[in-house]
Amino acid sequence: MDAASTLISLGLALATPIIGGVLAGFDRKLTARMQERVGPPLLQPFYDVIKLWAKKPMIASSLQPVLAFGYLGFALIAAGLVTFRQDLLLVLFVTAIADICLTVAALSAKSPYSYLGARREFLSMLSYEPVMLLAYVAIFLVTGSFTVQGVLDYGMPLLLVIPAALVALQLVLVVEMKKSPFDVSGSGHAHQELVRGVYTELSGYTMALVEVGHWAKVATTLMILSLFWAPNPVIGAAIALAMFVVTLVIDNSYPRLTWQKMLRTTWALGFTLIVLNIAFLALGGVI
Amino acid sequence: MSLVQKSQLKSLWVLHYDCGSCNGCDIEVLAALTPKFDAERFGIVNIGNPKQADVLLVTGPANRRNQTVLRNLYEQMPEPKLVIAVGTCGCTGGVFHNCPNVLGGVDKVIPVDVYIPGCAVRPEQIIDAVVLALDKLAGKAPKEEE
Repeated sequence: MDAASTLISLGLALATPIIGGVLAGFDRKLTARMQERVGPPLLQPFYDVIKLWAKKPMIASSLQPVLAFGYLGFALIAAGLVTFRQDLLLVLFVTAIADICLTVAALSAKSPYSYLGARREFLSMLSYEPVMLLAYVAIFLVTGSFTVQGVLDYGMPLLLVIPAALVALQLVLVVEMKKSPFDVSGSGHAHQELVRGVYTELSGYTMALVEVGHWAKVATTLMILSLFWAPNPVIGAAIALAMFVVTLVIDNSYPRLTWQKMLRTTWALGFTLIVLNIAFLALGGVI
Repeated sequence: MSLVQKSQLKSLWVLHYDCGSCNGCDIEVLAALTPKFDAERFGIVNIGNPKQADVLLVTGPANRRNQTVLRNLYEQMPEPKLVIAVGTCGCTGGVFHNCPNVLGGVDKVIPVDVYIPGCAVRPEQIIDAVVLALDKLAGKAPKEEE
């Protein structure tokens, strides 16, 4: 890897929070349009985060600032692992550590809402990570490598070989972005029976850090989705953006479900789709 | 205007607390968030969490039972924060002003920045009051009524 591509990879990794932030603004605008509202400006999420950063700190437990920085840090490391074309499994594990930082931050405060949100966040992780892992196994069976470099070297678009895995990853994206019907662990809008779930006890700059970390995480997942059309990055990005929009349509069409239904849906649908896809390829003699 | 100040003016998260109102004002508060009035275009979001809120919207009169809850919510909000008393009851106690259990307006318990009179208030008034509160946050004196 030469100096120029290293610089591009580094720049792209550090840009993930900005990409995620603009997408979050697009999300709010599009959601407003779907509800026949005008909606906030595109840069609204950045205003929110700067405002949160400037608020007087009110820390519920001394562990929270460290863990909030940890959440953002590990989310950025995961983004870097993708842009430096490293192992997808490692990306999954580093993202899991970021998530654990968030849940432990929520558990460290003595608040029933925060505690309940953290437990549901663990259940969200339990519902999407195995599906994501199985999707990576499908990628491995096709390309012979778990690395992003391996996908780029494969030559053919993965979408034509494992389309069902992409459908399964759509479910993962809904859980990961904390959108209805799977926003059980904590959400904005008027879903306030958990107050803000896992985010309840975060305020001021810790909340700002977690928000930026979440943008980085979503942008990283979208980058992984764009690998499904690796030969042409523009088509890949278009696929990722289309899945982002589909997530918003799902968000605006469905009410929130219980965590049991979330677990059942993601596992049953996700596993079945990917296993059927792999079986189909094996019967066809592709792998 | 600095970026921080601009952000503070463009992003106001609201905590709505019903202090024993008849629900007339609460319906109007929620109406301000509906597509017709769409408060989110100004960055106003009903967040429902005192730790992340910037504005406390209080409807109804303060009474002996809920004054601790009201003070608790106010103290859980980090600075800078604003309080808006919504409706005649929130401003002065309204029709309940002589009741033995009622203390009076919200300002008997916590400092209030903007008062919205009316029974019930209109959604336009609520959005207008939030804009007035923004002027206060920006350090400008509120505009005189013409």
